Amino acid sequence: MKSLAELAAIKARMQDKVAIREGSGNIRVVVGMATCGIAAGARPVLSAFVEAVNAADLVDKVTVTQTGCIGICQYEPVVEIFEDGKDKVTYVKMTAEKAKRVVHEHLKNGMVVEEFTIGNK
Amino acid sequence: MKELSLNILDITQNSVTAGATLIEIALVEEDGVLTLTITDNGCGMSRETLKTVTDPFYTTRTTRKVGMGIPLLQLAAEQTGGTLQITSVAAADDPLQHGTVVRATFDTRHIDMTPVGDMVATIETLLQGHPEIDYVFTHKTSDFTVEMDTRQMRAVLGDVALNAPDVLIWVRGYLSEQYEHLPE
Repeated sequence: MKSLAELAAIKARMQDKVAIREGSGNIRVVVGMATCGIAAGARPVLSAFVEAVNAADLVDKVTVTQTGCIGICQYEPVVEIFEDGKDKVTYVKMTAEKAKRVVHEHLKNGMVVEEFTIGNK
Repeated sequence: MKELSLNILDITQNSVTAGATLIEIALVEEDGVLTLTITDNGCGMSRETLKTVTDPFYTTRTTRKVGMGIPLLQLAAEQTGGTLQITSVAAADDPLQHGTVVRATFDTRHIDMTPVGDMVATIETLLQGHPEIDYVFTHKTSDFTVEMDTRQMRAVLGDVALNAPDVLIWVRGYLSEQYEHLPE
């Protein structure tokens, strides 16, 4: 059974990492989590981003956050990607599967997945 | 909403917006009645605001003039013959004991009962988005009890954030185990 004591081990592991992380994340993934987003399936999309970013070892570079209604409810789940010095990229009608591709192709390798962006709808 | 857990995720965002530092989510199933209670210590609402919250044309959002969160929860409850009740004390009226309680009841045997769904994912999502808030979660039925209190977690974690990836993975395991280890 999992116990609270295991969190102490996580804490010990984390303390080594904290110093490296500060100030180095420059990509923000923002998932719309208002009523419209949630009803359209944003929860698994958010989970997929969190998991895939972690699995791809991008945690130091990429921050996954939640926001309210972005204002284009018919395109939910909507995910916006902000990166210093680049235009915002808006992905629409996202799924967990699409999220994994975005992490791999866009966040990891720097290639925007054009077919999922709002310009393509 | 396909799952009540999604309504719960949605409604809890209101507590976040209200500036709550502690949010309690309780699901209790007894004799075919599920009672959902979401209690927060946020800024609360005035009597006037409270009257308007079940109106879909009332919302705190600024991107459009429709707010469907509470009406959708009300629908989910009332379509089973259940009820929705909201009580609130505004911080302006009582600076020490303010906050909001949303309570919904459901007839779980009704054909239009929405399944509770994946509460583990909802709790994980709340912690991921708002790790600065404390959450107390309980889900009790005659078959099992699932419990989590982030204040206990924080006591061990110190300044490690609740949304650190390893912590979220632990939370998923901790809750899933409690759901899976049902007595025969």
